[in-house]
Amino acid sequence: MSTLTRSRFSRSSSSIPFLTAALVLVFLVLGVSQPANALPAFARKYGLRCSACHESWPMLNYFGQKFKDNGYQLMNDRDAPIWQNPGYWPVTFRITPIWHRVSTGKVPIDTYVGGVATGNQTIQRVTSSGFDLSGLDFHTGGTLEKNISFYVLPSSNSSAQFHFETVMGRLDNLFGSPWLNVKFGKFELDNLLSEKRILTLTANGGVYQLYHFRPVGDGNIFGQMGDNQLGVEVMGHSTNDRTRYAVAVYSSEDGTVGLPDGNAYTAYITGSQAFDAGKLGVQRLGFYAMVGEAPTTWLTSGGALFGGANGTGPAAIGNKSFSREGFVGQFYFGPHFDLQVVTQHGQDDAWFGQGYGDLIGGNASLNNTTGTTLPAGAQSPSWNGILLEPHYVFSPQLIFIGRYETIRMSQQANGAACTACLGTGGPSASNLGNLSTYTIGYRYNPFMTSRAGFAWHNEYNWLHSDGTGPVAGTNINTSELLIGFDFDF
Amino acid sequence: MGATAVLALPMSLWAQLTQYDLNARLAAAESHIGNTTGHAKDAALPYRRFCVGCHGPLGDGNGENAPYMQPPMFQQPRDFQLGVFKCRSTPTGTLPTDQDLYDSITRGFDRSNMPQWNTLSKQERADLVAWVKHFSPRWANEKPGTPITIPPEPEVTAERIKAGRDVFARVQCWKCHGVQGMANGPSASTLTDDLGRPIAAFNFTEGSRPKCGDTDRDIYRIFMTGLDGTPMPSFADNIKPEEAWDLVFYLRTFMHQKSKEKELAKQLGLKPVDPNAPVPTQ
Repeated sequence: MSTLTRSRFSRSSSSIPFLTAALVLVFLVLGVSQPANALPAFARKYGLRCSACHESWPMLNYFGQKFKDNGYQLMNDRDAPIWQNPGYWPVTFRITPIWHRVSTGKVPIDTYVGGVATGNQTIQRVTSSGFDLSGLDFHTGGTLEKNISFYVLPSSNSSAQFHFETVMGRLDNLFGSPWLNVKFGKFELDNLLSEKRILTLTANGGVYQLYHFRPVGDGNIFGQMGDNQLGVEVMGHSTNDRTRYAVAVYSSEDGTVGLPDGNAYTAYITGSQAFDAGKLGVQRLGFYAMVGEAPTTWLTSGGALFGGANGTGPAAIGNKSFSREGFVGQFYFGPHFDLQVVTQHGQDDAWFGQGYGDLIGGNASLNNTTGTTLPAGAQSPSWNGILLEPHYVFSPQLIFIGRYETIRMSQQANGAACTACLGTGGPSASNLGNLSTYTIGYRYNPFMTSRAGFAWHNEYNWLHSDGTGPVAGTNINTSELLIGFDFDF
Repeated sequence: MGATAVLALPMSLWAQLTQYDLNARLAAAESHIGNTTGHAKDAALPYRRFCVGCHGPLGDGNGENAPYMQPPMFQQPRDFQLGVFKCRSTPTGTLPTDQDLYDSITRGFDRSNMPQWNTLSKQERADLVAWVKHFSPRWANEKPGTPITIPPEPEVTAERIKAGRDVFARVQCWKCHGVQGMANGPSASTLTDDLGRPIAAFNFTEGSRPKCGDTDRDIYRIFMTGLDGTPMPSFADNIKPEEAWDLVFYLRTFMHQKSKEKELAKQLGLKPVDPNAPVPTQ
C-alpha cells in the first residue's frame, strides 16, 4: 500500500483561509471580477491540463509547439473527430475584465479662460484609470479528419465589433511525413515567440514592439510580422520537433480582406534547431526573414480612389520593397527560468520612409503617381532591435514575466541632404523614433484543469519614445498598470 | 493597501506550494538511462505539469481526466502504485527496466491519451522515470527482470511466413485478434484487464502502431514478454525464438503498411487460418 499522501500536491488546509482572505481583500480593494486562460477546447478533447501544452497559458511550451505543428493533433490515432463524443464542439471563448491606469506624457491640451478656448495648448501628462474590458475571442479549432486541421477565430474589440483574426485549413503530414504541412487562409506567421500567445495584456506591453515597428512617418504597415496574414504556408518539423522550418507567401495586405492593396506579396521564412543541454533543458536557436513588396501608388478614377478602397481591387501598383530579419533564441536554465530572445534588422524603401504606402490606415494623401519624385535626401530607413523576455516559472500555476525591448534607428528616412522631406522637411535627429519598453508582471492560475482557464493577471508597462513629443525633439513616456481576471472556457 | 494585497498573493502561494511531502522513497528513487541519472525529486514540477491530470497526484491513475477515458475506446491511465507495466523487455511478472519506462514515455501509446513526450529533454524524461518508480514499493523490494534475449532477425521468406501462420494457429492468437488480425476473434468482446475493465485486442489492420513499439524487434518482444496487466500473455514458454520471428513476419502480413511480408503473402495466396482446422503441431 502506498504511503504517499495527497499533501504533496494539495495546499495545507490552514493556509486556505489566508489565501481566501488575500483574494477577497484584493477583490474588495481593486474591484473587478473574473479572469481565466488556456484553450480548453483542446484540453477537453485530449484530457490534458493547460500546463501540458503551455508554459503558462497562452504561451506554448515545446510539447504544445509540437502539438500545434502536428495540426492540433496528439498523433495518437484518435485525433479524428470520429473518435470524439458527438456532443464535443471545439469552441473556447476568452475575455478579460480589467482595471487599468494609463499615464501618457506630453499630451497637447487646449486651454480655456472663462469657459472660452484660448486657441493655445499646454503640454501636460494625462492619467486615466478605471474598470474596463478586453475584446472577446471565440477560438474554434482542431481536426476535420485525421491530418486535416482547421482554426477559426472570430475576434472582437471591447465594443463587440468582430473580425476574423484567424481562418485557416491545414493539410498535415502530407505523404506521411511531418516535414510537409500546408496551411491556407489567414494565420499567424510562424514566429517562435508568438505574439498571439503573448503573456502580457497592456496596450504597449501586450504586443511585441519589434513585430510592429515603423519609423516615424513611415507608411509601410505591411511589415508587421505580429499581425495575422492572408496566404499559404508550408512548414515541416522533425518527429520530436527539434528541427522546424516554415515558408509562407502572403498578400501584402496586413491581413485585411478585400484586396485593398492587391498584387503585392511578401515571403516569410523561418527555421530553428533545438538542442538537449542536459539539466539546463532544451535550447532552441532560429532565424527568420521577411522580404516583401507593397504598393505606393493608388489608381484613381474621376479623381477618386478606384477599386481597392471599396474592396473591388486590385487598384494598387508601384510596389516598393521592405525586409525584416533576425535571430530567435529560447534558452532554458533548468525547470524554472528561461529567456526568450528576438533580434531584428529592418529596412523599408525610401518611398515608405516618406510616408507612402498605407491605404488601409486611410492615409492615401501621398500617392506615388506618374512623375512623382522622392525629395532630395530621402533614404531608406533602417533600424536594429532586440527583445529579451525572461520568465520565472514558480509552478505551472504561477509565472513571473519580464520584458525589455529596444529599437534603435540606424538610418533615418530624412537624410542629411533633406530640405523638403517628410515632417519638418529637414534631416531627422539620429535618435528620432528610438523606442524602449519594459514590462513586468505575473500570472497566477488558482486552479489548473483540462476544463477551463482562469488567471489573476498583474502587469506594469513603461514605454519611452525618442523625439516624438509635440514639442520638437522631446521624448514621450507612457506607462500602464493593469490588473485583471483573464479567463476562458 | 492594494499593493500589499497584490504582493501578499504570490508570497502566500510560495509558502503553500513548497509544502511537499518529500518522503524517503522519493528522495531515494533514481533511474539510469545511459549516462543520465534521473532523480525523482527533480520531477515534481514536470509530473505536475504534464502527467498529473491523468495519472493523479498519487500515481494511482485517478487523475481528474481518468473518468472520461473509458475503455475500450480509450485505456484508463496506468496505476503506477501497482508497479505493473505492459511494455517491458523483461519476462512477464517482473519489473521493467528504466530504459523500458523511458521508452514508453518517449514513444507514448497509440489509441490512448498518452502522447509521445519526446519533446522533453532526456534529463526530464529520466527524472520522470524515477518519479514513476517511487510510487510503487515494488522497486524497493525487487530488481527489474533481465531483458530477454532477442536473436538476430532472419531474412523474410515465404516459408517463414507460412510457418508463422502455423504458429498463429497453434497458440490461438486468432481467438482474440481474429483470423485476419482485425481484433474480432471469438474472445475479443470478453476481454478485460487485471482490474476487470474491458480492453480491446490489437487490430493489426487499421494502421495503428502497436503500443509497445512498431519495429520487428518490438513485436517479437511483445509476445515473448506479454503485456502484463492485460489478457495478452507471454508466449516465451510456447514459442521458440526462431518461431517467434516467423510469427512476426506473419503478423506483418496483416498490417496496413507496405512490406515484403505482404508482398510474399500475396504471391503465396495465403489464406487466413481456419479456426475449425486441427491445431498444427509444434
